[in-house]
Amino acid sequence: MATYSDPPAGTFQLSQLINDTRYRSYTFQIIALIALFGAVAYLLSNLAANLQAAGLSFSYGFLGEPAGYDINQSLIDYNSQSTHLRAAMVGVLNTLLVALLGCIMATVIGVVVGVLRLSPNWLIRKLMAVYVEIFRNVPVLIWILIIMAIFVAVLPQPRDFRGEDAEASMLWGMFAFTGRGFYFPMPVFGPGSGVVIAVFVASVAGIFAWRRHARKALFDEGRLLPVFWPSLALFIVPAVLAFFVMGRPVTMEYPELRGFNFQGGIFARNSLISLWFALSIYTAAFIAENVRAGILAISKGQTEAAASLGLRPRRIMNLVILPQALRVIIPPLISQYLNLTKNSSLAIAVGYMDLTGTLGGITLNQTGRAIECVLLLMLFYLTISLAISAVMNAYNNAVKLKER
Amino acid sequence: MKKSVFLGALTVAGLTAGAAAAATLDDVKARGKLNCGVNTGLVGFAAPDANGNWDGFDVSVCRAIAAAVLGDPSAVEFVSTTGKTRFTALASGEIDVLSRNTTWTFTRDVDLKFEFTGVNYYDGQGFMVPKALGVSSAKELDGATVCIQTGTTTELNLADFFRSNNISYEPVPIETNAEAQPLYLEGACDVYTTDASGLAATRAAFENPGEHIILPEIISKEPLGPLVRHGDSEWVDVVRWTLNALIAAEELGVTSANVDELAQGTNNPEVNRLLGTEGTLGEMLGLDADWAARAIKAVGNYGEVFEKNIGENTPIGLARGLNAQWTDGGLLYSPPFR
Repeated sequence: MATYSDPPAGTFQLSQLINDTRYRSYTFQIIALIALFGAVAYLLSNLAANLQAAGLSFSYGFLGEPAGYDINQSLIDYNSQSTHLRAAMVGVLNTLLVALLGCIMATVIGVVVGVLRLSPNWLIRKLMAVYVEIFRNVPVLIWILIIMAIFVAVLPQPRDFRGEDAEASMLWGMFAFTGRGFYFPMPVFGPGSGVVIAVFVASVAGIFAWRRHARKALFDEGRLLPVFWPSLALFIVPAVLAFFVMGRPVTMEYPELRGFNFQGGIFARNSLISLWFALSIYTAAFIAENVRAGILAISKGQTEAAASLGLRPRRIMNLVILPQALRVIIPPLISQYLNLTKNSSLAIAVGYMDLTGTLGGITLNQTGRAIECVLLLMLFYLTISLAISAVMNAYNNAVKLKER
Repeated sequence: MKKSVFLGALTVAGLTAGAAAAATLDDVKARGKLNCGVNTGLVGFAAPDANGNWDGFDVSVCRAIAAAVLGDPSAVEFVSTTGKTRFTALASGEIDVLSRNTTWTFTRDVDLKFEFTGVNYYDGQGFMVPKALGVSSAKELDGATVCIQTGTTTELNLADFFRSNNISYEPVPIETNAEAQPLYLEGACDVYTTDASGLAATRAAFENPGEHIILPEIISKEPLGPLVRHGDSEWVDVVRWTLNALIAAEELGVTSANVDELAQGTNNPEVNRLLGTEGTLGEMLGLDADWAARAIKAVGNYGEVFEKNIGENTPIGLARGLNAQWTDGGLLYSPPFR
């Protein structure tokens, strides 16, 4: 056993860096790191030298100058006199909007399809397989373009709503579905509507409180309390009561045809809807496969054990299979969310003004600051992707197998 | 992974920023080919024909330069550029000259460090609407949905026009002309706006061109011309005077048909100087004496180029208008060859 004693201190030799397994990996890592820094430094100095030779300066000063162009969909105040930075922010928010909507819808469709792919019903199972194979095997750009083209060609245009014997009419006088986008009624909050909103928020909080209570009652006392109907009642009844008690402070603004377009109401542009829909169904096909894989990863014994305890199939799925399957599903799901977010940069194909369209498109073009804009774009996508990863990893840690 | 992406981007950035040195003329001569940036495809201005040969109004400028410098109008490497990539391509040295209906503006000239060598087409931004809309002036377009090509000066002009007239609009940004057409025809936008020449070219391709009108307002000045990098004056001179030679040739009555005959010598001293039988203009440029004669022989004078590619007898059907010689009331005015 004496052979395992530590080598005497102070006899360190340079050759140990290579020959000694304790140091070898560090040696190579440090060499690689130095090489990497050297390469980066070389590229940076090369860039600086070439820019100088071309008489160009590297500067982000353009971000403070007026952009000069208009953006159709902006979630914050914006006009053509706003700065390029503001235009970039509008693009960022539009990217986040379509990414968020897309992730939600892709998850919903993906989970449903993934579960249905394992359905005992032959027809449903095969239909879902066809859906998955079609959508994940055609590039997403093609889907975006096809959906936009169908959207524009099939739906009536505002001009078709005009005249005595119009070809198209609004649904219940409230919704207009046109090739330019969908128009919805918009709630207008009059005086006193704050109370209604407060009541509504309070009842949503109440729903969560009730669910927690029901869960606690189930775990502690073994009583099974109803959840669905009380939740629904809490969701609707207090808010409706408050609405009438306060004298109907919330009114609806309906879209109506004025001039060239519908005016008023909420306008969801065709570009947003096509992009959202295309990204969702495309990514949902991948998510469905993840979900299916996750469910299949749970041993059949779990289902049989749950069944032998007398649980019904839906409860087996919700209480036994899915919670365990989530551990397998979530890591690849993160990649799908990241993919969806990055794929949203194809937005310009349908004229949706996301970050690539504003900062990486018009701003880049009008100012000619290609390197600055592209670096900023990369920084943004990197940041947003890391943020999504961080959030999803936190969620993953929350649901992962807890060893007790 | 993150680092490698960053590295890759920097490599690209470093490469694109490189090689923007002087002495383009020597480079072109040594290479034996002219790298010319053109549109990705705009019928009449720059588009490959059925055999893959580039043809068009802007392409002719490239061919004229190649003929003048290298003696061979086919010694051109055409690099198709989009509205987005064109300036990077020129600044990086990937192309020697950009001839791609590019508007001469202050910032492009001064801030982006380019040198516009002249104007080969005076254009302006216009609006096209379906006749059925019953609109007769752009000022009636309050609330209209406007299809517009992104990455061009047109979206800035559009914003300015609607702002100064205090009317609202809904811009629908589109990447290429081809994508804008179905949107406009299906009625997803009420109006299509781009340079008036582009509108004419687009309308010519419609099934029923008569159902669409181009509104009388021209809301901007769009002088289009070839441009090169800042800081290489010899090369600027070559490109500028090749273009001027084409314009002057029309004014002086020199055509591709009679250039050989006139190059034998005439009794018009300016024609002689242009075609190199008198004086040493070619030598001053660093070229030989019959540089201009070769350029004219290769593509014809300005009027011939115009008529062949975008004139009234082509599907584009543009009238000369502002692009007539100054002697005919237009703006084309070549400085004297002396």
